[in-house]
Amino acid sequence: MLDFVQQLVSGVALGCVYGLIALGFVLVYKATEVVNFAQGDLMMLGGFFAFTFIGMMGLNYWIGFAGAVAAMALFGMLAERVVVRPILGYPQFSIIMATIGLGYFLRSVAGMIWGTDDLKIETPFSQGVLRIGSLVLAYDKLSVIAATMILCTLLYLFFNKTTLGTAMRASSENMLAAYYMGIPVKRVVSIVWAISAAVATCAGVLLAPITFIHSNVGLVLGLKAFPAAVLGGFGSIPGAVVGGVLIGVIESMAGFYLPEGWKDVAPYLVLLAVLLLKPEGLFGHHVRKKV
Amino acid sequence: MRFLFKTDYEDDIKLFPHSGYYVSYGVLLALLVIAPFVLSSYLMSQLVFVCIYATVGVALLILTGFTGQASLGHAAFLAIGAYTAAYLQKYNVPFPVYFLAAGGLTGIIGAMVGFPALRLTGIYLVIATISFALIVEEILARWESVTNGNEGMRVKTLSLLGVTVPRDSPTFYFLCLAVLVLTIVGTLNLLRSPTGRAFVAIRDSETAARSMGVNVALYKVKSFAISAAITGFAGVLFAHKLSFISPEMFTLQLSIEFIIVILIGGTFSLHGAVLGAIFIVMIDPFLTYLKDDMPGMIAGVAATFGAGPATAGNIKSTVAAFASLNGLKGAIYGIIIVLFVLFEPLGLYGRWLKIKLFFQLFPLYKRATFKRQKIYVKSERNR
Repeated sequence: MLDFVQQLVSGVALGCVYGLIALGFVLVYKATEVVNFAQGDLMMLGGFFAFTFIGMMGLNYWIGFAGAVAAMALFGMLAERVVVRPILGYPQFSIIMATIGLGYFLRSVAGMIWGTDDLKIETPFSQGVLRIGSLVLAYDKLSVIAATMILCTLLYLFFNKTTLGTAMRASSENMLAAYYMGIPVKRVVSIVWAISAAVATCAGVLLAPITFIHSNVGLVLGLKAFPAAVLGGFGSIPGAVVGGVLIGVIESMAGFYLPEGWKDVAPYLVLLAVLLLKPEGLFGHHVRKKV
Repeated sequence: MRFLFKTDYEDDIKLFPHSGYYVSYGVLLALLVIAPFVLSSYLMSQLVFVCIYATVGVALLILTGFTGQASLGHAAFLAIGAYTAAYLQKYNVPFPVYFLAAGGLTGIIGAMVGFPALRLTGIYLVIATISFALIVEEILARWESVTNGNEGMRVKTLSLLGVTVPRDSPTFYFLCLAVLVLTIVGTLNLLRSPTGRAFVAIRDSETAARSMGVNVALYKVKSFAISAAITGFAGVLFAHKLSFISPEMFTLQLSIEFIIVILIGGTFSLHGAVLGAIFIVMIDPFLTYLKDDMPGMIAGVAATFGAGPATAGNIKSTVAAFASLNGLKGAIYGIIIVLFVLFEPLGLYGRWLKIKLFFQLFPLYKRATFKRQKIYVKSERNR
C-alpha cells in the first residue's frame, strides 16, 4: 500500500510536468489551431536560461526564475514572428514541419552553447522531505504539483474571464471573423506564444531538480506530453493537466507493476486507445459541422 | 514554347507527353547505367542510399502527397521490412521470397495502421503515427527471440539465383535502381488509374470525394497499405546495404528525415522524392567537405584581402573550431527545414518548374503564378 502511494505521488509529480508541457500545446492550439512540436524544446531552453541566471551568474533563485520566464516569453514572441507568422493560414502540415525544424535547431544550438552534460539547478526545495506517518514526500516533487495547480487555475481564469482570453478563443474559432470584429489577431497570436513559452519555462525550471536539464530533455518529454494533451482533449486547459497527471501515474505504475519495457510504451498505448475510442478526449467536446 | 494539343483522354494520361521526354530520360538512364564504372566507391554507396531513400520518398508521397494523410511513422515500416528480411534469412529462405514476404507483411501492417487512422485527421494522425513508430521501436528492442533485442541482427550477403551480390557491388546498385524505377513507373500508373484519382480526390476534399461515390475508408486503407508495402521493399534493401540492423537505427529521427525528403523535393510530384533523396543523402558528405575545406578557404580569402599571416591563421583556427562544434549538423538541418517551409514550399522540383516557366514565358513571367492561397477560416475542430 505504501509503495502504491509513493508511486502515485511520484507519478503525479511527473505527470504535472507532462501536464505543463501539454498546457503549452493546448494554449497555442486553442488560439491558432497550430500544434507546436518545439514546445518541449522551449521548455529545455527555459531550463538552460534559468541555469545561466541562477547557476552561472549566481542570482537569487526567484529572480533567476522570473528572469528566465521573461526572457523566454520574448523568445516565444520572436519564434512566432520569424517562423510561424509567415505561414499562418497555410496547411497545418507546413506549420508542423516548421516547428519540428525549429526544435531541431534549438536542440543543436543549446547543445553547442551549454554542452551535452546534465546540468542541475540549486533550488530552495532541492533538499528536505515531508513525512506523513511512514510516507516520505520530497519537496521538489510537491513544488511541481503545487505550481502546476496554480498555473492551471490562473490560465483557466485568464482564458475564460478576461477580454484578452476571449479574444484568443475568438481568433481560434475563426481568424478572419475575429479580425473583422476588430481583434488584433497578429498581436493575440504573438501573446499566446509568449505565454506558452513562459509556461514551458516554468516546467523546465521545476523539472530541473527531478530530471536534470540536458539538450535532449525537451524531445523526450515533449513526446510524452502528446498523449497527455490528447487524453485531455486537445484544446482544454484543465484537460491538459488531468491528462498529464493520468499519463504520469500510468507510466509510473506500469514501471512498478509490469515487466520492463511497458513503462515507455504504456503512454502511447493509452494514446492510441483514446484516439480509437474517444478521439475528442476526456474534456474536449465534439462539434459536428452542419452543411 | 511547345504547345501540346490533346485530342482525347489517352493523350492526356500519357506517361511521356512528348518526344523530349524520351531524350531526357534516356540520357538520365544511360548516365545511371554507366555510373558504377565512373564514380568512386564512396559515391556509389551514396547513390545506393539515394535509391533507397527515393523509394521510401515515393511511398510517402503516395500517402502524404497524394492522399493527404500525414505520417511520421515510416521508419517503423522500414524497420518491419528490414527485420522480416533478416529473420527469414536465418532459415535460408531465398531472396525473392523474403523480399516479397517483407513487402507483403509490411503492407498488411500498414493496412492495420490505416484502419484506426480512418477516424483521424491532421494533427491527430501525425501523433498516432508517431506513437505507432515508438511502439514498434520498443517491440524491436524487447522481442529478443526474434529481433535479438538491442544487440541487433547481422544480415548475410544477398544471394540472388545462386550468385552472391556484395553490398558494394554494381549489381546491388542495379538492383536498387531497378526497384526504384519499377516503383516510380508503378506509382505513375497507379496515379492515372481510378485508384489514384480517388486518392487525389480524398486529398482535395473528403466530403466532395464521398459525395462523388468514392469509398473514402477503403481508399485510405489502400493508400496506407501500398505506401507501407513499398517502404517494406525498401527496408529489405536498406538491411542488405547496412548489413547490420538494430532498433536505434529506426527512430523518429529517420521518420522525420523521410518527411524532409518529400518536403524538400516537393510534395506534388514524384520528381520531388528523387530530388529530396539526393539532397538528404548528399548533404552529409557536403557538410564534411565544407568542414574540411572551409577554414582554409576563408583564411585564403582573408589573406588576399591583405590580412597578415598571423590573422589569417587565427581566422582559420576560429572557423575550424566553429565547424567542428558538436551538433552543427542538427542546427543546419533545422534551418534548412524552416527555410524550405517558409520560402520554397513547393520544394526543389517547384523551383525547377518556376525556372523553366520563367524562360518559357520570358519576359512575361508572373511571380503570382505559383502563389498559394491563404485560408484563415479553417478550423479543424469544426470539420
